[in-house]
Amino acid sequence: MKAVCWHGANDVRVETVPDPKILNPRDAILKITSATICGSDLHIYDGYIPTMQPGDIIGHEFMGEIVDVGSEVKQLQKGDRVVVSSIIGCGQCHFCQHQMWSLCDNSNPNAWMQDKLYGFGTSGIFGYSHAFGGYAGAFAEYVRVPFADFGAVKVPEGIPDEKLLPISDAFPTGYMGADMCDIQPGDIVAVWGCGPVGLFAMRSAYMLGAERVIGIDRVPERLQMARDFAKAETINYEEIDAGETLKEMTGGRGPDACIDAVGMEAHGTGLGGLYDEAKQAVRLETDRPHVLRQMMVACRKGGTLSIMGVYGGFVDKIPMGAAFNKGLTFKMGQMFGQKYMPRLLGYVLEGEIDPSQVFTHRFPLEEAKQGFEIFKHKKDNCIKVLLKP
Amino acid sequence: MASTSGEGLSSSQSEASEAERWASLIGGSAMVLMGLRQRSLRGVLMALAGGGLIYQGATKQSTIQQAQEAIGMNQAIKVEKTVTINKSADELYRFWHNFENLPRFMKHLKNVKVYDDKKSHWIANAPLGQSVEWDAYILEDRENEFISWASAEGADVDNSGFVRFTKAPGNRGTEVKVVMEYNPPGGALGAAIAKLFGEEPEQQIGDELRRFKMLMEAGEIATTQGQPKGNG
Repeated sequence: MKAVCWHGANDVRVETVPDPKILNPRDAILKITSATICGSDLHIYDGYIPTMQPGDIIGHEFMGEIVDVGSEVKQLQKGDRVVVSSIIGCGQCHFCQHQMWSLCDNSNPNAWMQDKLYGFGTSGIFGYSHAFGGYAGAFAEYVRVPFADFGAVKVPEGIPDEKLLPISDAFPTGYMGADMCDIQPGDIVAVWGCGPVGLFAMRSAYMLGAERVIGIDRVPERLQMARDFAKAETINYEEIDAGETLKEMTGGRGPDACIDAVGMEAHGTGLGGLYDEAKQAVRLETDRPHVLRQMMVACRKGGTLSIMGVYGGFVDKIPMGAAFNKGLTFKMGQMFGQKYMPRLLGYVLEGEIDPSQVFTHRFPLEEAKQGFEIFKHKKDNCIKVLLKP
Repeated sequence: MASTSGEGLSSSQSEASEAERWASLIGGSAMVLMGLRQRSLRGVLMALAGGGLIYQGATKQSTIQQAQEAIGMNQAIKVEKTVTINKSADELYRFWHNFENLPRFMKHLKNVKVYDDKKSHWIANAPLGQSVEWDAYILEDRENEFISWASAEGADVDNSGFVRFTKAPGNRGTEVKVVMEYNPPGGALGAAIAKLFGEEPEQQIGDELRRFKMLMEAGEIATTQGQPKGNG
């Protein structure tokens, strides 16, 4: 089959590789009908995710049709059309049974790699480095889905892939970001990053009862999308000081909750921005925490920071005094896909939201490299790229 | 050296009452862990099995042991790891008690053959495609709680260990603690066998316990062996 293989920073190649096989009784094999590049794939593309190996097949946001099932798969059969959670969960451990799927104890064969850095191993993720299991990803014609009964959600025929595909990752990530904000009547939620996850976080914040939603970005098309798709007010942080503006927009209180939909490769402005780029370039810190810092200062006293942008290692110059003295609550983590997917599928089927609106570009799988380049540099008004095998 | 400590301990076992026996069993794990750090695990386990007061025997050994450590004779590899498994103690105990199941999640074991309720034969993978074998005896066996074992006299690798199953708080399942000690023989073979558990025995045992947990909870051991990848 054809697959997109990672070979180093900015180096992905479409290669011919063997088809995946059932390796464990609860596996299924999926013929992929659509996949999409996620913002966190850019961290891999840019070479910031450790424990990647040349030849690894990448991609974790996808859907398709079941073509084979292992002997212990109970809920699925050949021919089922499914969307698959990017996070792999066994369904039987303490964490899965408490809906914290990305903390699964049993889905990561390389959890020992995380033991030293993180203290404990977390779940496996498709196509997301060996520390996260080393599972072959979904930018391919076929993919093996472990614990398929839990990760693959059946979807009806007759609805285009584009409407359903974001339920695999971007939509539940954004929804969880909003869900963790514990939104109360009258709350104002600020979302850093107007990419797909940020856009879904904004929509979700409204769905969960926010009074107002404010999106922060620097790319005009993305800000426009935040206004159109998510009915958000917007701030271009390159034009005005986001922190001061947020205070003015919120009656001097600050947003009740702040969602980070950016993560480790945030762009900064001024001296702080240069400082982090320099430190990251010489590997003195792994992640650039501009958004984190700004949220900690901007958030109202007693507010919540909800962090969905991916962080991998260590960050520097965190204003802990602000966070502590203001009594902030931090919530974060890889999304709990299996917890949210059925609910979100319901919203799509009821017509409450049309996730297909975030797709601006489509490419055949063979042109994945071009998709990465356009998405990475936000060329041609790109918001999200659909890949078709 | 391990066997001498065992003999030294076995004399104090005869008069333990039921109450003392329980006291020693409850305190036993803590004693075992203390003993493990300084003295032979086997001796402590044998004392436990006998129901005697362990620390008497254990302290009796300490000067000899200290002398051995001082002259570098003590090459024992000692490992202690705990994992919490979302299953009941009796389910886990039953699976473990059949030692023939152990190679399913312990990669260093090639095969275990159980002869009867005390005796078994173990074959482990040694470096360079070799294998080492030994007979082992169950020293102490408390249903759903505790199993300890030790190799018989003349084993290639003198070893002993125990597994303890304790109910975890708040419906979290069962805490499974494994403690093992290996005393490889001297010489080149000893050096090779010392690597039975790789460069980091703690991690190896940790990984084996993790696979045990996967097998018990999820019914399969997560793997990516044999999946496609690019040409590199």
